[in-house]
Amino acid sequence: MIVGERKPIEEIEAMIDPFEKIIVLGCRECVTVCSAGGEKEVGILSAALRLSREQNGRAIEIKEFALERQCDHEYIEQIRSMVPNYQAILSMACGAGVQFVAEAYPEIPVLPAINTNFIGVTEEQGYWTERCQACGNCVLHLTGGICPISRCSKSLLNGPCGGSSDGKCEVNKEIICGWQLIIERLKSLGQLDRYEEYIPIKDWSTSRDGGPRKVVREDLRL
Amino acid sequence: MSEDGFEPKIVAFCCHYCAYTAADLAGSMRLQYPPNVRIIRLPCTGKVDVLHLLRAFEDGADGVYVAGCMEGDCHFINGNFRAKKRVHYAKKLLDEIGFGGDRLKMFNMSAAMGPRFAEVAKEMVERIKKLGPSPIKKAKAQKGGDES
Repeated sequence: MIVGERKPIEEIEAMIDPFEKIIVLGCRECVTVCSAGGEKEVGILSAALRLSREQNGRAIEIKEFALERQCDHEYIEQIRSMVPNYQAILSMACGAGVQFVAEAYPEIPVLPAINTNFIGVTEEQGYWTERCQACGNCVLHLTGGICPISRCSKSLLNGPCGGSSDGKCEVNKEIICGWQLIIERLKSLGQLDRYEEYIPIKDWSTSRDGGPRKVVREDLRL
Repeated sequence: MSEDGFEPKIVAFCCHYCAYTAADLAGSMRLQYPPNVRIIRLPCTGKVDVLHLLRAFEDGADGVYVAGCMEGDCHFINGNFRAKKRVHYAKKLLDEIGFGGDRLKMFNMSAAMGPRFAEVAKEMVERIKKLGPSPIKKAKAQKGGDES
């Protein structure tokens, strides 16, 4: 899932300062699972913003709403009738959701309430870690199912580097060396011979180096 | 009544197994405690959420506290520890918005601690009286004063 976390409340307060009537718009997908921008977080943020404004004598009217997703037209359409009654939308979705809502409603400012961090997993309740950088050219079959792009601080394809010691990364001793994990996994799979093979230089044009990306499936298009 | 006539409205989220029973005991023991405290019974303080705490303030509470079992004595093993973390989060949020996290507090007591329940109620009322009315009420009063 996409993992995010709420922006500092001061930053959000500054963003919505000019407005008296806003929609706080949650998303029931990834950001609900990582407790950053779901229905509950919409309630908490809205309550905090109301308290903050009311104590300064500047009441704010907040419409609390959560969409099934903010990255699909049909769900974004659900708020079309309410948008004209408000001055801004504070979206609690990931960056994609914020932008898609903004595209649908060009007449109203759409503001981000969360910082989108990474594509990751729930290690345990309240603890998420990164697993994928969406490089567009997966090599997990070569590296024992552990991603060198996201797990190695340098994204090396033929690691580890000299900064790996006692299985830890030189960037931070709390970071496990991604290549240490790969070697251990290959060992347990009995595939250590794969480690001997060089992985050729990666074609980064499938990643951000190729500019904004798109996927088109002609068979699915209407 | 306090000197300036301010009688705080305080909401207490109490666990059924300890603080709520302690309140009952305080009653049976005919112990006096301030009538400012409104009790909300919870099956466990682990039920309490940041949203409940903020909503209480939004709806006019001057102070809020959560009263759970003694640490290590939760009937649901760790509900009171979860409540503690949520109270901490809410306090931080209230500080960040300048509302004042010290209007919110967590207490621990057992069902046998009727006198402690009364003491906590008094302590909280005193604390909030010192802090004064909630900033929302202050802002409304000021606005009302300005208009008149």
